[in-house]
Amino acid sequence: MLIRGRVWKYGDSINTDVMFPGKYTYTVTDPVEIARHALEDLDPAFAAGARPGDIVVGGQNWGCGSSREQAAACLKYLGIGAVVANSFARIYYRNAINLGLPAITCPEAVAALQHGEMAEIDLERRMIRSAAGEFTFPPLSPTVLAIIEAGGLIPMLCRKLGTQVPEGYSKWSEGGG
Amino acid sequence: MGQTFAEKVLARAAGVPSTVAGEVVDARPDLALSHDNTAAIWRIFKGIGQSRVKYPERLAITLDHASPPPTPKHAQNHAEVRQFVAEQGVRHFFEVGRGICHQVLSEEGLVRPGMLILGADSHSTHYGALGAFGAGVGRTEMAAVWATGELWLRVPETVQVVVEGTWPAGVTAKDFALRLIGDLGADGGLYSSIEFTGSAIRALSMESRFVLPNMMAEMGAKNAVILPDEVTLAWVRARTGEPFTPVYSDPDARFAAVYRYDARTLETYVACPHTVDNVVPLSAVAGRRVHQAFLGTCTNGRLEDLAAAAQVVTGRRVATGTRFLVIPASSQVYMDALRHGYVATLMEAGAVFGPPGCGPCMGNHLGILAPGEVCISSANRNFRGRMGQPEAEIYLANPAVVAASAIKGIIAGPNDL
Ligand code: SF4
Repeated sequence: MLIRGRVWKYGDSINTDVMFPGKYTYTVTDPVEIARHALEDLDPAFAAGARPGDIVVGGQNWGCGSSREQAAACLKYLGIGAVVANSFARIYYRNAINLGLPAITCPEAVAALQHGEMAEIDLERRMIRSAAGEFTFPPLSPTVLAIIEAGGLIPMLCRKLGTQVPEGYSKWSEGGG
Repeated sequence: MGQTFAEKVLARAAGVPSTVAGEVVDARPDLALSHDNTAAIWRIFKGIGQSRVKYPERLAITLDHASPPPTPKHAQNHAEVRQFVAEQGVRHFFEVGRGICHQVLSEEGLVRPGMLILGADSHSTHYGALGAFGAGVGRTEMAAVWATGELWLRVPETVQVVVEGTWPAGVTAKDFALRLIGDLGADGGLYSSIEFTGSAIRALSMESRFVLPNMMAEMGAKNAVILPDEVTLAWVRARTGEPFTPVYSDPDARFAAVYRYDARTLETYVACPHTVDNVVPLSAVAGRRVHQAFLGTCTNGRLEDLAAAAQVVTGRRVATGTRFLVIPASSQVYMDALRHGYVATLMEAGAVFGPPGCGPCMGNHLGILAPGEVCISSANRNFRGRMGQPEAEIYLANPAVVAASAIKGIIAGPNDL
Protein backbone atom coordinates (compact mmCIF):
# COMPACT_ATOMS: atom_id res chain seq x y z
CA MET A 1 0.00 0.00 0.00
CA LEU A 2 1.46 3.32 -1.10
CA ILE A 3 0.46 6.57 0.60
CA ARG A 4 1.43 9.87 -0.97
CA GLY A 5 0.56 13.37 0.15
CA ARG A 6 1.46 16.57 1.87
CA VAL A 7 2.79 16.66 5.43
CA TRP A 8 0.82 18.37 8.20
CA LYS A 9 3.21 18.57 11.12
CA TYR A 10 2.28 19.19 14.77
CA GLY A 11 3.94 18.94 18.18
CA ASP A 12 4.01 16.87 21.36
CA SER A 13 1.13 15.80 23.62
CA ILE A 14 -1.64 16.75 21.22
CA ASN A 15 -4.80 15.65 23.03
CA THR A 16 -8.06 14.29 21.70
CA ASP A 17 -9.96 17.42 22.79
CA VAL A 18 -8.20 19.61 20.22
CA MET A 19 -8.50 16.85 17.60
CA PHE A 20 -12.24 16.49 18.00
CA PRO A 21 -13.78 18.82 20.60
CA GLY A 22 -15.86 17.25 23.37
CA LYS A 23 -18.84 19.44 22.54
CA TYR A 24 -19.34 17.44 19.32
CA THR A 25 -18.84 13.93 20.68
CA TYR A 26 -22.50 13.08 21.26
CA THR A 27 -24.10 15.38 18.71
CA VAL A 28 -22.02 15.08 15.53
CA THR A 29 -22.32 11.57 14.09
CA ASP A 30 -22.31 12.02 10.31
CA PRO A 31 -18.88 11.05 8.89
CA VAL A 32 -18.74 14.00 6.51
CA GLU A 33 -19.46 16.38 9.36
CA ILE A 34 -17.00 14.64 11.68
CA ALA A 35 -14.34 15.16 9.00
CA ARG A 36 -15.21 18.85 8.79
CA HIS A 37 -14.23 19.32 12.47
CA ALA A 38 -10.95 17.42 12.20
CA LEU A 39 -8.19 18.94 14.37
CA GLU A 40 -10.42 21.99 14.73
CA ASP A 41 -8.86 23.42 17.88
CA LEU A 42 -5.32 22.49 16.84
CA ASP A 43 -5.22 23.89 13.31
CA PRO A 44 -8.38 25.58 12.01
CA ALA A 45 -6.95 25.48 8.45
CA PHE A 46 -6.46 21.71 8.47
CA ALA A 47 -9.89 20.28 7.66
CA ALA A 48 -10.45 22.57 4.67
CA GLY A 49 -6.88 22.27 3.38
CA ALA A 50 -6.16 18.55 3.75
CA ARG A 51 -6.42 16.33 0.67
CA PRO A 52 -6.88 12.55 0.48
CA GLY A 53 -3.54 10.84 1.00
CA ASP A 54 -2.05 13.63 3.12
CA ILE A 55 0.09 12.62 6.07
CA VAL A 56 -0.32 13.91 9.62
CA VAL A 57 2.87 14.04 11.68
CA GLY A 58 2.93 14.38 15.47
CA GLY A 59 5.43 14.26 18.35
CA GLN A 60 5.18 12.41 21.64
CA ASN A 61 1.95 10.90 22.98
CA TRP A 62 -0.20 11.76 19.96
CA GLY A 63 -3.87 11.42 20.91
CA CYS A 64 -3.61 11.50 24.68
CA GLY A 65 -6.72 12.15 26.78
CA SER A 66 -10.13 10.69 26.16
CA SER A 67 -10.85 7.39 24.43
CA ARG A 68 -13.09 9.08 21.87
CA GLU A 69 -12.83 7.23 18.60
CA GLN A 70 -13.73 10.34 16.55
CA ALA A 71 -10.26 11.78 17.22
CA ALA A 72 -8.91 9.17 14.81
CA ALA A 73 -12.08 8.81 12.73
CA CYS A 74 -12.04 12.50 11.73
CA LEU A 75 -8.71 11.95 9.95
CA LYS A 76 -9.89 8.71 8.38
CA TYR A 77 -13.09 10.31 7.10
CA LEU A 78 -11.08 13.18 5.65
CA GLY A 79 -9.04 10.66 3.66
CA ILE A 80 -5.77 11.17 5.54
CA GLY A 81 -3.35 8.43 4.46
CA ALA A 82 -1.44 7.88 7.69
CA VAL A 83 -0.34 9.38 11.00
CA VAL A 84 3.37 9.28 11.81
CA ALA A 85 4.44 10.14 15.37
CA ASN A 86 7.15 9.67 17.97
CA SER A 87 4.61 7.82 20.11
CA PHE A 88 0.85 7.29 20.33
CA ALA A 89 -1.53 7.25 23.28
CA ARG A 90 -2.60 3.65 23.69
CA ILE A 91 -6.30 3.93 22.96
CA TYR A 92 -5.71 6.38 20.08
CA TYR A 93 -3.37 3.88 18.48
CA ARG A 94 -5.91 1.08 18.72
CA ASN A 95 -8.73 3.27 17.47
CA ALA A 96 -6.66 4.38 14.46
CA ILE A 97 -5.68 0.86 13.45
CA ASN A 98 -9.17 -0.53 14.04
CA LEU A 99 -10.52 2.19 11.73
CA GLY A 100 -7.96 1.28 9.07
CA LEU A 101 -5.83 4.39 9.55
CA PRO A 102 -2.11 3.52 9.55
CA ALA A 103 -0.43 4.77 12.76
CA ILE A 104 3.33 4.64 12.34
CA THR A 105 5.92 5.16 15.04
CA CYS A 106 9.08 6.64 13.51
CA PRO A 107 10.91 9.40 15.45
CA GLU A 108 13.62 9.74 12.75
CA ALA A 109 11.02 10.57 10.12
CA VAL A 110 9.18 12.90 12.50
CA ALA A 111 12.39 14.85 13.05
CA ALA A 112 13.10 15.13 9.33
CA LEU A 113 9.68 15.74 7.79
CA GLN A 114 8.80 19.37 7.07
CA HIS A 115 5.35 20.91 7.28
CA GLY A 116 3.88 21.23 3.78
CA GLU A 117 6.37 19.04 1.92
CA MET A 118 5.38 15.98 -0.13
CA ALA A 119 6.18 12.59 1.36
CA GLU A 120 5.52 8.96 0.51
CA ILE A 121 4.93 5.93 2.72
CA ASP A 122 5.37 2.38 1.52
CA LEU A 123 3.66 0.19 4.08
CA GLU A 124 4.95 -3.13 2.75
CA ARG A 125 8.55 -1.96 2.57
CA ARG A 126 8.24 0.00 5.85
CA MET A 127 9.67 3.09 4.26
CA ILE A 128 8.97 6.79 4.55
CA ARG A 129 10.47 8.91 1.76
CA SER A 130 10.85 12.69 1.77
CA ALA A 131 13.30 15.31 0.50
CA ALA A 132 15.49 14.59 3.55
CA GLY A 133 15.87 10.92 2.64
CA GLU A 134 14.41 7.52 3.46
CA PHE A 135 13.43 6.30 6.89
CA THR A 136 12.59 2.75 7.86
CA PHE A 137 9.99 2.10 10.52
CA PRO A 138 9.59 -1.03 12.66
CA PRO A 139 7.46 -3.80 11.21
CA LEU A 140 3.72 -3.54 11.61
CA SER A 141 2.51 -6.98 12.51
CA PRO A 142 0.76 -8.95 9.77
CA THR A 143 -2.40 -8.51 11.86
CA VAL A 144 -2.17 -4.73 11.91
CA LEU A 145 -1.31 -4.63 8.22
CA ALA A 146 -4.25 -6.88 7.39
CA ILE A 147 -6.63 -4.66 9.41
CA ILE A 148 -5.36 -1.55 7.62
CA GLU A 149 -5.59 -3.16 4.20
CA ALA A 150 -9.12 -4.35 4.89
CA GLY A 151 -10.14 -0.81 5.77
CA GLY A 152 -10.52 -1.49 9.47
CA LEU A 153 -11.38 -4.15 12.02
CA ILE A 154 -15.08 -4.33 11.11
CA PRO A 155 -14.63 -4.96 7.36
CA MET A 156 -11.84 -7.42 8.14
CA LEU A 157 -14.01 -9.33 10.57
CA CYS A 158 -16.90 -9.40 8.13
CA ARG A 159 -14.66 -10.81 5.43
CA LYS A 160 -13.28 -13.42 7.82
CA LEU A 161 -16.75 -14.39 8.99
CA GLY A 162 -18.26 -14.25 5.52
CA THR A 163 -20.80 -11.60 6.51
CA GLN A 164 -21.89 -8.27 5.03
CA VAL A 165 -20.06 -5.11 6.03
CA PRO A 166 -22.70 -3.06 7.93
CA GLU A 167 -24.51 -0.52 5.82
CA GLY A 168 -22.75 2.82 5.73
CA TYR A 169 -19.41 1.46 6.92
CA SER A 170 -17.69 1.61 3.54
CA LYS A 171 -18.95 5.15 3.11
CA TRP A 172 -17.14 6.20 6.29
CA SER A 173 -13.98 4.35 5.54
CA GLU A 174 -13.70 5.71 2.03
CA GLY A 175 -13.07 9.04 3.63
CA GLY A 176 -15.58 11.38 2.08
CA GLY A 177 -12.88 13.64 0.61
CA MET B 1 17.45 -12.35 27.21
CA GLY B 2 14.72 -12.90 29.76
CA GLN B 3 11.07 -12.07 29.26
CA THR B 4 8.72 -9.86 31.22
CA PHE B 5 5.40 -10.91 32.73
CA ALA B 6 3.59 -9.13 29.88
CA GLU B 7 5.69 -10.82 27.18
CA LYS B 8 5.05 -14.24 28.72
CA VAL B 9 1.30 -13.91 29.28
CA LEU B 10 0.73 -12.59 25.78
CA ALA B 11 2.90 -15.33 24.26
CA ARG B 12 0.83 -17.99 26.02
CA ALA B 13 -2.44 -16.32 25.02
CA ALA B 14 -1.26 -16.05 21.41
CA GLY B 15 0.01 -19.62 21.29
CA VAL B 16 3.59 -18.66 20.40
CA PRO B 17 6.81 -19.56 22.24
CA SER B 18 7.77 -15.98 23.05
CA THR B 19 6.99 -12.35 22.30
CA VAL B 20 8.95 -9.15 22.58
CA ALA B 21 7.76 -5.67 23.55
CA GLY B 22 6.52 -3.77 20.50
CA GLU B 23 5.37 -6.87 18.65
CA VAL B 24 1.68 -7.32 17.84
CA VAL B 25 0.02 -10.66 18.50
CA ASP B 26 -3.44 -12.17 18.15
CA ALA B 27 -4.24 -13.10 21.71
CA ARG B 28 -7.10 -15.17 23.05
CA PRO B 29 -8.43 -13.75 26.32
CA ASP B 30 -9.33 -16.25 29.02
CA LEU B 31 -12.06 -13.92 30.25
CA ALA B 32 -13.92 -11.06 28.57
CA LEU B 33 -15.78 -8.59 30.78
CA SER B 34 -18.61 -6.29 29.86
CA HIS B 35 -21.21 -4.62 32.08
CA ASP B 36 -24.12 -2.28 31.44
CA ASN B 37 -22.48 -1.67 28.04
CA THR B 38 -23.21 -5.28 26.98
CA ALA B 39 -26.35 -4.30 25.05
CA ALA B 40 -24.40 -1.72 23.02
CA ILE B 41 -21.74 -4.31 22.20
CA TRP B 42 -24.48 -6.76 21.22
CA ARG B 43 -25.79 -4.23 18.65
CA ILE B 44 -22.33 -3.98 17.07
CA PHE B 45 -22.05 -7.78 17.19
CA LYS B 46 -25.34 -8.20 15.36
CA GLY B 47 -24.31 -5.46 12.94
CA ILE B 48 -21.40 -7.57 11.75
CA GLY B 49 -23.77 -10.44 11.02
CA GLN B 50 -23.15 -12.50 14.16
CA SER B 51 -25.67 -14.45 16.15
CA ARG B 52 -23.64 -16.78 18.41
CA VAL B 53 -20.78 -15.81 20.73
CA LYS B 54 -17.87 -18.13 19.97
CA TYR B 55 -16.94 -18.87 23.60
CA PRO B 56 -19.86 -17.83 25.85
CA GLU B 57 -18.18 -19.56 28.80
CA ARG B 58 -15.39 -16.94 28.64
CA LEU B 59 -17.78 -14.03 29.06
CA ALA B 60 -18.44 -12.36 32.40
CA ILE B 61 -21.18 -9.78 32.65
CA THR B 62 -22.23 -7.58 35.55
CA LEU B 63 -25.00 -5.03 35.97
CA ASP B 64 -23.28 -2.40 38.10
CA HIS B 65 -22.87 0.98 36.40
CA ALA B 66 -26.44 2.20 36.78
CA SER B 67 -27.85 -0.37 39.10
CA PRO B 68 -30.63 -0.68 40.21
CA PRO B 69 -31.66 1.26 37.10
CA PRO B 70 -32.52 4.91 37.81
CA THR B 71 -34.70 5.49 34.69
CA PRO B 72 -36.87 3.45 32.32
CA LYS B 73 -34.14 3.77 29.69
CA HIS B 74 -31.58 2.25 32.02
CA ALA B 75 -34.07 -0.49 32.93
CA GLN B 76 -34.62 -1.25 29.26
CA ASN B 77 -30.85 -1.47 28.76
CA HIS B 78 -30.61 -4.00 31.60
CA ALA B 79 -33.50 -5.97 30.11
CA GLU B 80 -31.59 -6.25 26.82
CA VAL B 81 -28.48 -7.41 28.67
CA ARG B 82 -30.51 -10.16 30.39
CA GLN B 83 -31.95 -11.17 27.03
CA PHE B 84 -28.42 -11.48 25.64
CA VAL B 85 -27.30 -13.51 28.65
CA ALA B 86 -30.23 -15.92 28.27
CA GLU B 87 -29.89 -16.24 24.51
CA GLN B 88 -26.14 -16.91 24.58
CA GLY B 89 -26.14 -19.02 27.74
CA VAL B 90 -23.67 -16.79 29.61
CA ARG B 91 -23.03 -18.47 32.94
CA HIS B 92 -20.95 -15.77 34.61
CA PHE B 93 -23.72 -13.22 34.92
CA PHE B 94 -24.07 -11.06 38.00
CA GLU B 95 -27.33 -9.30 38.68
CA VAL B 96 -28.14 -5.87 40.06
CA GLY B 97 -26.79 -5.60 43.60
CA ARG B 98 -24.00 -8.18 43.35
CA GLY B 99 -21.45 -5.40 43.00
CA ILE B 100 -18.85 -3.70 40.84
CA CYS B 101 -17.47 -5.78 37.96
CA HIS B 102 -13.80 -5.75 39.00
CA GLN B 103 -14.56 -6.61 42.63
CA VAL B 104 -17.10 -9.31 41.75
CA LEU B 105 -14.94 -11.11 39.17
CA SER B 106 -12.09 -11.16 41.69
CA GLU B 107 -14.29 -12.44 44.54
CA GLU B 108 -15.83 -15.11 42.34
CA GLY B 109 -12.46 -16.68 41.63
CA LEU B 110 -12.82 -15.89 37.93
CA VAL B 111 -9.56 -13.92 38.04
CA ARG B 112 -6.51 -16.08 38.45
CA PRO B 113 -2.75 -15.53 38.11
CA GLY B 114 -1.41 -15.77 34.58
CA MET B 115 -4.75 -15.16 32.85
CA LEU B 116 -5.34 -12.68 30.05
CA ILE B 117 -8.49 -10.68 30.82
CA LEU B 118 -9.90 -8.06 28.46
CA GLY B 119 -12.64 -5.80 29.73
CA ALA B 120 -14.84 -3.26 28.00
CA ASP B 121 -13.96 -1.00 30.92
CA SER B 122 -10.90 1.18 31.32
CA HIS B 123 -10.14 0.00 34.87
CA SER B 124 -9.66 -3.60 33.75
CA THR B 125 -6.02 -3.03 34.77
CA HIS B 126 -7.45 -4.00 38.20
CA TYR B 127 -6.89 -7.74 37.61
CA GLY B 128 -3.13 -7.31 37.83
CA ALA B 129 -3.50 -7.30 41.61
CA LEU B 130 -4.11 -11.06 41.32
CA GLY B 131 -1.25 -11.61 38.89
CA ALA B 132 -3.45 -11.55 35.76
CA PHE B 133 -2.89 -9.40 32.68
CA GLY B 134 -5.95 -7.11 32.59
CA ALA B 135 -6.47 -4.47 29.91
CA GLY B 136 -9.34 -2.26 28.81
CA VAL B 137 -10.66 -2.35 25.23
CA GLY B 138 -13.36 -0.55 23.24
CA ARG B 139 -16.84 -1.78 22.40
CA THR B 140 -16.10 -2.64 18.77
CA GLU B 141 -13.11 -4.66 19.90
CA MET B 142 -15.21 -6.54 22.44
CA ALA B 143 -17.67 -7.43 19.67
CA ALA B 144 -14.68 -8.84 17.77
CA VAL B 145 -13.66 -10.90 20.81
CA TRP B 146 -17.18 -12.32 21.07
CA ALA B 147 -17.15 -13.21 17.36
CA THR B 148 -13.69 -14.72 17.04
CA GLY B 149 -12.38 -15.36 20.57
CA GLU B 150 -9.29 -13.28 19.88
CA LEU B 151 -8.00 -9.75 19.51
CA TRP B 152 -4.81 -8.14 18.30
CA LEU B 153 -2.69 -6.70 21.09
CA ARG B 154 0.63 -4.90 21.08
CA VAL B 155 3.05 -6.37 23.60
CA PRO B 156 3.80 -3.50 26.01
CA GLU B 157 7.15 -2.38 27.34
CA THR B 158 7.41 -2.89 31.09
CA VAL B 159 8.07 -0.18 33.67
CA GLN B 160 9.08 -1.40 37.09
CA VAL B 161 8.02 0.46 40.22
CA VAL B 162 9.93 -0.60 43.32
CA VAL B 163 8.70 0.43 46.76
CA GLU B 164 10.85 -0.55 49.74
CA GLY B 165 10.60 0.21 53.44
CA THR B 166 7.74 0.43 55.90
CA TRP B 167 4.58 2.49 55.45
CA PRO B 168 4.15 5.45 57.82
CA ALA B 169 0.99 5.23 59.97
CA GLY B 170 -2.08 6.28 58.03
CA VAL B 171 -0.37 6.16 54.63
CA THR B 172 -2.10 3.72 52.28
CA ALA B 173 -1.74 2.16 48.85
CA LYS B 174 -4.13 4.88 47.62
CA ASP B 175 -1.68 7.56 48.75
CA PHE B 176 1.13 5.88 46.87
CA ALA B 177 -1.01 5.50 43.74
CA LEU B 178 -1.80 9.23 43.84
CA ARG B 179 1.83 10.15 44.51
CA LEU B 180 3.06 8.04 41.58
CA ILE B 181 0.50 9.49 39.16
CA GLY B 182 1.34 12.98 40.42
CA ASP B 183 5.06 12.36 39.87
CA LEU B 184 4.88 10.69 36.46
CA GLY B 185 1.81 12.46 35.07
CA ALA B 186 -1.34 11.22 33.36
CA ASP B 187 0.78 9.81 30.51
CA GLY B 188 3.60 8.56 32.73
CA GLY B 189 2.79 4.93 32.08
CA LEU B 190 1.71 5.28 28.50
CA TYR B 191 1.15 1.97 26.76
CA SER B 192 3.25 0.27 29.39
CA SER B 193 2.89 -2.69 31.62
CA ILE B 194 3.54 -1.39 35.14
CA GLU B 195 5.07 -3.95 37.45
CA PHE B 196 5.02 -3.23 41.20
CA THR B 197 7.59 -4.85 43.42
CA GLY B 198 9.54 -4.34 46.64
CA SER B 199 9.09 -5.07 50.35
CA ALA B 200 6.50 -2.32 50.86
CA ILE B 201 4.30 -3.77 48.12
CA ARG B 202 4.60 -7.28 49.53
CA ALA B 203 3.64 -5.91 52.96
CA LEU B 204 0.26 -4.74 51.62
CA SER B 205 -2.90 -6.76 52.30
CA MET B 206 -4.64 -8.23 49.26
CA GLU B 207 -7.42 -5.66 49.61
CA SER B 208 -4.93 -2.77 49.51
CA ARG B 209 -3.11 -4.24 46.55
CA PHE B 210 -6.15 -3.91 44.29
CA VAL B 211 -5.83 -0.12 44.49
CA LEU B 212 -2.52 0.04 42.61
CA PRO B 213 -3.25 -1.75 39.31
CA ASN B 214 -6.76 -0.25 39.36
CA MET B 215 -5.42 3.29 39.41
CA MET B 216 -2.74 2.77 36.78
CA ALA B 217 -5.41 3.30 34.14
CA GLU B 218 -5.08 6.96 35.17
CA MET B 219 -1.43 6.92 34.08
CA GLY B 220 -2.14 5.57 30.58
CA ALA B 221 -0.97 2.05 31.38
CA LYS B 222 -2.10 -0.91 29.31
CA ASN B 223 -1.95 -3.21 32.30
CA ALA B 224 -0.35 -3.22 35.74
CA VAL B 225 0.63 -6.14 37.88
CA ILE B 226 1.77 -7.19 41.32
CA LEU B 227 3.47 -10.52 40.74
CA PRO B 228 1.84 -13.24 42.88
CA ASP B 229 3.23 -14.18 46.28
CA GLU B 230 1.80 -16.24 49.19
CA VAL B 231 -0.76 -13.50 49.90
CA THR B 232 -2.09 -13.61 46.33
CA LEU B 233 -2.08 -17.39 46.06
CA ALA B 234 -3.87 -17.87 49.39
CA TRP B 235 -6.52 -15.32 48.38
CA VAL B 236 -7.16 -16.98 45.02
CA ARG B 237 -7.12 -20.54 46.37
CA ALA B 238 -9.71 -19.60 48.99
CA ARG B 239 -12.05 -18.67 46.14
CA THR B 240 -11.53 -21.23 43.40
CA GLY B 241 -10.39 -24.78 42.86
CA GLU B 242 -9.60 -24.07 39.20
CA PRO B 243 -5.96 -24.62 38.25
CA PHE B 244 -3.73 -21.73 37.27
CA THR B 245 -0.09 -21.04 36.50
CA PRO B 246 1.43 -17.89 37.98
CA VAL B 247 3.69 -15.96 35.60
CA TYR B 248 6.76 -13.98 36.65
CA SER B 249 9.21 -11.70 34.88
CA ASP B 250 12.64 -13.26 34.44
CA PRO B 251 15.46 -11.75 36.53
CA ASP B 252 17.14 -10.58 33.31
CA ALA B 253 13.95 -9.26 31.68
CA ARG B 254 14.26 -5.85 30.07
CA PHE B 255 12.49 -2.94 31.73
CA ALA B 256 11.97 0.33 29.87
CA ALA B 257 12.35 2.25 33.14
CA VAL B 258 12.64 1.61 36.86
CA TYR B 259 11.26 4.00 39.51
CA ARG B 260 12.25 3.56 43.14
CA TYR B 261 10.42 4.83 46.20
CA ASP B 262 11.12 4.62 49.90
CA ALA B 263 7.76 4.12 51.63
CA ARG B 264 9.04 6.01 54.69
CA THR B 265 9.12 9.22 52.68
CA LEU B 266 5.46 8.99 51.61
CA GLU B 267 2.59 10.90 53.19
CA THR B 268 -1.15 11.31 52.73
CA TYR B 269 -2.06 12.85 49.37
CA VAL B 270 -5.11 14.30 47.69
CA ALA B 271 -5.77 14.62 43.93
CA CYS B 272 -7.35 18.02 43.28
CA PRO B 273 -9.86 18.96 40.57
CA HIS B 274 -9.95 18.22 37.65
CA THR B 275 -7.15 15.76 36.89
CA VAL B 276 -5.86 12.73 38.76
CA ASP B 277 -2.24 13.91 38.40
CA ASN B 278 -3.01 17.21 40.19
CA VAL B 279 -1.71 15.75 43.45
CA VAL B 280 -0.76 17.62 46.65
CA PRO B 281 -0.10 16.58 50.26
CA LEU B 282 -3.28 16.54 52.37
CA SER B 283 -2.04 19.54 54.39
CA ALA B 284 -2.12 21.74 51.25
CA VAL B 285 -5.91 21.44 50.84
CA ALA B 286 -7.05 20.73 54.41
CA GLY B 287 -9.88 23.03 55.47
CA ARG B 288 -11.64 23.17 52.13
CA ARG B 289 -15.45 22.93 52.60
CA VAL B 290 -16.95 19.56 51.60
CA HIS B 291 -20.63 18.96 50.74
CA GLN B 292 -20.40 15.24 50.07
CA ALA B 293 -17.99 12.53 51.15
CA PHE B 294 -18.20 9.36 49.07
CA LEU B 295 -16.70 6.06 50.18
CA GLY B 296 -16.94 3.29 47.61
CA THR B 297 -15.97 2.23 44.03
CA CYS B 298 -13.72 -0.50 42.67
CA THR B 299 -10.74 1.47 43.99
CA ASN B 300 -11.65 1.77 47.67
CA GLY B 301 -15.00 0.17 48.47
CA ARG B 302 -13.75 -3.00 50.15
CA LEU B 303 -14.08 -4.28 53.73
CA GLU B 304 -10.74 -2.82 54.77
CA ASP B 305 -11.85 0.60 53.50
CA LEU B 306 -15.14 0.45 55.40
CA ALA B 307 -13.22 -0.68 58.49
CA ALA B 308 -10.86 2.30 58.23
CA ALA B 309 -13.82 4.66 57.88
CA ALA B 310 -15.71 3.02 60.77
CA GLN B 311 -12.70 3.46 63.01
CA VAL B 312 -12.51 7.15 62.17
CA VAL B 313 -16.21 7.89 62.78
CA THR B 314 -16.74 5.79 65.92
CA GLY B 315 -18.55 7.93 68.48
CA ARG B 316 -18.70 10.92 66.12
CA ARG B 317 -21.33 12.53 63.88
CA VAL B 318 -21.19 13.61 60.25
CA ALA B 319 -21.02 17.43 60.07
CA THR B 320 -24.22 19.36 59.50
CA GLY B 321 -24.39 20.38 55.85
CA THR B 322 -22.34 17.40 54.70
CA ARG B 323 -23.62 14.03 53.57
CA PHE B 324 -21.59 10.86 53.89
CA LEU B 325 -22.37 8.27 51.28
CA VAL B 326 -21.08 4.71 51.64
CA ILE B 327 -21.47 2.17 48.83
CA PRO B 328 -19.86 -1.24 49.39
CA ALA B 329 -18.09 -2.58 46.30
CA SER B 330 -20.04 -5.85 46.45
CA SER B 331 -22.77 -7.72 48.31
CA GLN B 332 -20.00 -9.79 49.91
CA VAL B 333 -18.31 -6.65 51.24
CA TYR B 334 -21.68 -5.41 52.50
CA MET B 335 -22.44 -8.63 54.38
CA ASP B 336 -18.95 -8.81 55.85
CA ALA B 337 -19.22 -5.18 56.98
CA LEU B 338 -22.57 -5.97 58.63
CA ARG B 339 -21.05 -8.92 60.47
CA HIS B 340 -18.16 -6.80 61.70
CA GLY B 341 -20.48 -4.04 62.87
CA TYR B 342 -18.99 -1.44 60.52
CA VAL B 343 -22.34 -0.71 58.93
CA ALA B 344 -23.91 0.08 62.31
CA THR B 345 -20.98 2.25 63.33
CA LEU B 346 -21.07 4.20 60.08
CA MET B 347 -24.86 4.61 60.16
CA GLU B 348 -24.82 5.71 63.80
CA ALA B 349 -22.43 8.44 62.69
CA GLY B 350 -24.93 9.50 60.03
CA ALA B 351 -23.66 7.70 56.91
CA VAL B 352 -26.10 6.77 54.12
CA PHE B 353 -25.68 3.33 52.52
CA GLY B 354 -26.35 2.66 48.85
CA PRO B 355 -26.74 -0.70 47.09
CA PRO B 356 -23.49 -2.36 45.92
CA GLY B 357 -22.42 -1.04 42.52
CA CYS B 358 -20.65 1.94 40.99
CA GLY B 359 -23.03 4.41 42.64
CA PRO B 360 -22.30 8.03 41.67
CA CYS B 361 -18.70 7.26 40.56
CA MET B 362 -19.46 8.05 36.92
CA GLY B 363 -22.39 10.35 37.51
CA ASN B 364 -25.30 8.06 36.73
CA HIS B 365 -27.23 8.24 40.00
CA LEU B 366 -27.15 7.82 43.79
CA GLY B 367 -25.19 10.90 44.74
CA ILE B 368 -24.96 13.41 41.90
CA LEU B 369 -23.54 16.79 42.89
CA ALA B 370 -25.12 20.22 42.58
CA PRO B 371 -23.33 23.08 40.80
CA GLY B 372 -20.61 24.53 43.00
CA GLU B 373 -20.55 21.55 45.36
CA VAL B 374 -17.38 19.81 46.49
CA CYS B 375 -17.06 16.06 46.93
CA ILE B 376 -14.21 14.18 48.52
CA SER B 377 -14.20 10.66 47.13
CA SER B 378 -12.34 7.39 47.44
CA ALA B 379 -12.72 6.80 43.66
CA ASN B 380 -10.06 6.87 40.95
CA ARG B 381 -11.19 9.71 38.66
CA ASN B 382 -11.96 13.37 39.31
CA PHE B 383 -12.48 14.68 35.77
CA ARG B 384 -14.76 17.66 35.34
CA GLY B 385 -18.34 16.45 35.23
CA ARG B 386 -17.42 12.90 36.28
CA MET B 387 -20.07 12.86 39.02
CA GLY B 388 -22.73 14.31 36.74
CA GLN B 389 -22.19 18.03 37.25
CA PRO B 390 -19.49 19.98 35.39
CA GLU B 391 -19.65 22.85 37.89
CA ALA B 392 -18.80 20.58 40.83
CA GLU B 393 -15.35 19.67 42.17
CA ILE B 394 -14.02 16.24 43.10
CA TYR B 395 -11.05 15.56 45.36
CA LEU B 396 -9.66 12.03 45.58
CA ALA B 397 -8.27 10.61 48.82
CA ASN B 398 -7.94 7.47 50.93
CA PRO B 399 -10.94 6.13 52.91
CA ALA B 400 -9.84 7.48 56.32
CA VAL B 401 -9.48 10.99 54.86
CA VAL B 402 -12.91 10.69 53.22
CA ALA B 403 -14.43 9.66 56.58
CA ALA B 404 -12.62 12.37 58.56
CA SER B 405 -13.74 14.98 56.03
CA ALA B 406 -17.34 13.80 56.45
CA ILE B 407 -17.09 14.33 60.21
CA LYS B 408 -15.45 17.76 59.96
CA GLY B 409 -17.35 19.04 56.89
CA ILE B 410 -14.00 20.17 55.52
CA ILE B 411 -11.10 18.28 53.95
CA ALA B 412 -9.35 16.72 56.94
CA GLY B 413 -7.31 13.73 57.99
CA PRO B 414 -8.06 11.40 60.92
CA ASN B 415 -5.45 13.23 63.00
CA ASP B 416 -7.43 16.48 62.69
CA LEU B 417 -10.38 15.07 64.67
S1 SF4 C 1 -16.68 2.06 40.41
FE1 SF4 C 1 -16.27 3.75 39.01
S2 SF4 C 1 -14.25 3.35 38.15
FE2 SF4 C 1 -14.98 1.43 39.08
S3 SF4 C 1 -15.95 0.31 37.41
FE3 SF4 C 1 -17.56 1.51 38.43
S4 SF4 C 1 -17.66 3.45 37.28
FE4 SF4 C 1 -15.72 2.45 36.72
